[in-house]
Amino acid sequence: MAVTLKINGENRSVDADDETPLLWVLRDDLRLTGTKFGCGIAQCGACTVHVNGQPRRACVTPLSMLEGADVTTIEGLEGREAEAVRAAWAEYDTPQCGYCQSGQIMTAAALLQRTPQPSDEEIDDALAGNICRCATYVRIRKAVKAAGEKLEG
Amino acid sequence: MTLSRNSSSTITATRRDVLAGAAGLVVAVTLPVKSRAQGAGDATFAPNAFIRVTPDNIITVLSKHIEFGQGPLTGLATLVAEEMDADWAQIRAEHAPSNPALYGHPDFGMQITGGSASIATSYDVMRKAGAAARALLVAAAAKSWGVPADEITVAKGVLSHASGKQGTFGDFAQAAAGETLTGEPALKSPDQFIYIGNENLRKLDTADKSTGAAVYTLDIFRDGMLTAVVAHPKRFGATVASFDDAATRAVVGVVDVVQVSAGVAVLAENTYAALKGRKALVVEWDDSAAETRHTDAILAEYEAAAKQRGVVAHQTGDADGALAGAETVLEAEYLFPYLAHAPMEPLDAVIERSADGGVEAWLGSQGTTIDHQVIAGVCGLDMGQVKLNVMLAGGSFGRRAQPTSHLAQEAAEIFMAAGGDKPIKLMWTREDDIRGGYYRPVTAHRLRGGLDANGDIVAWEQTVAGQSFAAGTPFEPFMVQNGIDGTMIEGASETPYAMANTVVSAHMINNPVSTLWWRSVGHTHTGYAVECFIDELLDAGGKDAVAGRLALMSDSYARLAGTLREVADIAGWGRTMPEGRALGVASVKSFNSYVSQVAEVSIEDGAPRVHKVWCAVDCGVPVNPEVIRAQMEGGIGYALSAILFNEITFDDSGAIEQSNFHDYRSLRIGEMPEIEVAIIKSSEAPTGVGEPGVPPLGPAVANAVRKLTGKTPRRLPMIRNDYQA
Repeated sequence: MAVTLKINGENRSVDADDETPLLWVLRDDLRLTGTKFGCGIAQCGACTVHVNGQPRRACVTPLSMLEGADVTTIEGLEGREAEAVRAAWAEYDTPQCGYCQSGQIMTAAALLQRTPQPSDEEIDDALAGNICRCATYVRIRKAVKAAGEKLEG
Repeated sequence: MTLSRNSSSTITATRRDVLAGAAGLVVAVTLPVKSRAQGAGDATFAPNAFIRVTPDNIITVLSKHIEFGQGPLTGLATLVAEEMDADWAQIRAEHAPSNPALYGHPDFGMQITGGSASIATSYDVMRKAGAAARALLVAAAAKSWGVPADEITVAKGVLSHASGKQGTFGDFAQAAAGETLTGEPALKSPDQFIYIGNENLRKLDTADKSTGAAVYTLDIFRDGMLTAVVAHPKRFGATVASFDDAATRAVVGVVDVVQVSAGVAVLAENTYAALKGRKALVVEWDDSAAETRHTDAILAEYEAAAKQRGVVAHQTGDADGALAGAETVLEAEYLFPYLAHAPMEPLDAVIERSADGGVEAWLGSQGTTIDHQVIAGVCGLDMGQVKLNVMLAGGSFGRRAQPTSHLAQEAAEIFMAAGGDKPIKLMWTREDDIRGGYYRPVTAHRLRGGLDANGDIVAWEQTVAGQSFAAGTPFEPFMVQNGIDGTMIEGASETPYAMANTVVSAHMINNPVSTLWWRSVGHTHTGYAVECFIDELLDAGGKDAVAGRLALMSDSYARLAGTLREVADIAGWGRTMPEGRALGVASVKSFNSYVSQVAEVSIEDGAPRVHKVWCAVDCGVPVNPEVIRAQMEGGIGYALSAILFNEITFDDSGAIEQSNFHDYRSLRIGEMPEIEVAIIKSSEAPTGVGEPGVPPLGPAVANAVRKLTGKTPRRLPMIRNDYQA
C-alpha cells in the first residue's frame, strides 16, 4: 500500500512493503544516500533523520508509521542551527571516515534547536546514541559547543 | 622510492589502462617525455600519474591510497600543492584507480594502503610530481610570453613576470601538456613550506561529509542492480551442508538464491527484501572441520604454550642465568581476546558486467591489487578486463585489506553464480561484520623479570603465544620466518629498553578462526605487555615510571625518549593527584613513529574511567598537524573502546556470542576522555599516524589502574574484572 509523506519538504508517495524501515525507503527508493546504515537495531545512530522535527532512527521506523509524516534527511537539513553546525564541523575538521557524520549532524542540529547553548554534559547526553568508530568525539563536542555559541552571538 | 623500478615498456602498456578509465591523460612520472603525447583538442594537462590540471584552473590529485578517515587524500594533495605553489582552493583529490604499475607500494610492488605508510611512501614521490607539474607550466608560460623561465614566479597558482604578464595554471594547462621536462626540478627546503606543517589547512573532504554528499560503496546504485546478503556460518570452518530456500523465494522482491564458498547468498530487488529473504532461509551447516571450542579453551591453549619457551626471536646475554641469580623475580601473564574492527560502514562491494565483456567493480578497496586479481580470477578475466574503482570507505582499521580478498571474492562469486550479467551489490550487515571473523588474534604473553639488590632490571624473559593471520595466505612467505609471524612479536622482539639479559620467544598456534591485522597489529598486545611489565618492574625496583624508562631507553630510541619527556611535561607528571585519581604512562614506537601517552584514571562503579589523555607524537616532519592530532585522538578512542569493553567470545559449541553494538560495545561520546596532543618538531622524513596512537593507550590506563587498585588488568577487556579503588 502506498504511503504518502513529506520528505525534505516535498510530498512523496512510496509504494513498498509497509514494514520496510524508513532507512531503506530513503536509500533504495528515493536514493537519498546521505542517511547511512550502521547497525539496523537503533544502536549506532548513523541513520538519524528528523521525523516531525524530532531525531529518529530510520532503521527501526517502519513505513507504516509515517503516513503524513514530515521527514528531514541530511540532504534537506537547513536553517540557522544546521548552518552553525556545518560551519563548526568545517572549523574543527570533525569528520574522519565521515560515515557516521550525517547522523551526528542530524542529532546535533536537533539538540541546538531545543537547547541553543548546551553544556558538555547535555552534548554528551544528546549524542550518546551516535557511535563514531573513528572516535571524533572530542571534535564533535567542541564543534557543537562552538555552534551553540555562534547561534547565541 | 619512485616508480623507476618498472621498465618503461611496462608503464607504457599500463598507461593505456589508465587512459581508458580516467577523464584526462595520465602518464607516469618516469615516462620518457614523448610518451606523454596526447590527442589534439585534449585540454587537460596531466604531467604524471598523480596530477591533472584542467583549463577551469582545477588541480586534481590522484591518491594511490584509500581514504577511510586517516587523511591521505588531503595529505597527498598537500604535498603536490606545496611544490606546485598552488592555491589550496583550487586543489581537489580523488582516488587513483587500481593500477599496480603506476600506484604500487614501493616495498610490496602492489597497490595497498597499510602500515601507516601513506605519507611516508608519498613524501618524495608526490612532491616530485608537484615540482614537475610546476616546471612544465612555467615552461609553457615562458614560451608564450617570450621570457626566460627563470624570470617567472609562481604564487597561489598564479604565474607572473616582471613585465606585468600574469596567468593561471588553467590558462597554461593545454600548452604545458606539450612541454618537455629537462632534468629533475629542485624541491623546496622546509623553510619555504607554505602548506606542509600549516595549522590552518583543512581537509578536502569535510564539506561533502557534512552534507551527505560523500559517496561510499553502499551508495552506488546501478540500473537493474540486485542487493545480495549472505547467510554465513556461526562457527569458523563450517561449510554449507544443505539449504532450503522455499520460504526465501516466496518473499516479494527476492530474485535468486545462490551458494558461494562463504555461505548462501540471497539476491533481491531491494535491501529489505534481501534481509527478509535471508531471515527465512534455512541452512544446515557442516561443522565437521569447524572450531567448536569455547574461547576460554582456546585461550587456555595459548596460555599453556606461553609457559614454555618458544622459537627464540631475540636474545641478549643470559636471561636464564640472570633470572636464577636475581634478587627479586616478578612474573606476569597477559591475555588478549579476539577483537572485531567494526568499521561504521559494514563491508560491501558492487560489481557489474561492462559493455566490453569485462567487469567493473566498486569497493572500499584497501588491498587494491589483491582485490583486483581476485575479482579477475573469479570472473575468468585478465586484470586488464577488470576496472576497479576505489571508493571512500566508512572506516577500516585494517578490516578492508585481507590477504585473501575474501570480500571481493564473495562479491565476484555471487555475481558469477547469479549469471554474471546482473549488477549486484553485496552488503554485509553489522551482524555479518561482528560475526564475520578476521579478528585481531587472541594472544597470551608470559613475562618474567629479574631485579638486583639495587632494584635494577637484570633479566627479561617474554614468551608470546598467538595465531598468525598470514599463515596459509599469499603473505606467508614474507611475513612468517622460522615458524614465527613477525607481527606476533613486533614491539617485543625489539623494545626501547637496553637490558643485558633478555630472551623473547614465540609459539605460533593456528586454528580455523580467521584473523587479521587490527589497527597497530602486533603492537596492540606487545605494547600492552611490555609497557605494563616494565612499569611493574620499575615500581618494584623503586624507580619512577618516567625517569626509570628514560634511564633504560637506548640511543636508538632517543626520539621516543623525546616524546616521553614532552608528555611528562604537559601532563604534569609527578604532581599530587586529587583523591581517587592516578596517572599512568606508556611509550611505544610503532610504524617508525614515536608516541608517549599519560592517562588520568579513576575507578567509577567498579570500572576504570579515563578522564584525560596527554599524548606526544614524533612522526618526523608534521605534514598536516590537524590530521596528526585527529589521528592521535581517534587512535586513543579506538584503543580505549577495545581495552575497556571489547572481546569476541564463543560459547560451548564454538558459536560466536556477539552480534551487534549492543553486545560489542563501542566507546560513546560520554566515555571519551579529554585529549591534549603535542607534536614534536622534527626535520626527519615523515612517518605515519593512523596506527601509532593506539598502542600506548592501553598500558597507560592499566598502569594508572595498578596505582589505584594495586593490580594490573592482566586479561582484557578491563570490564571483565571488578575494580576496587
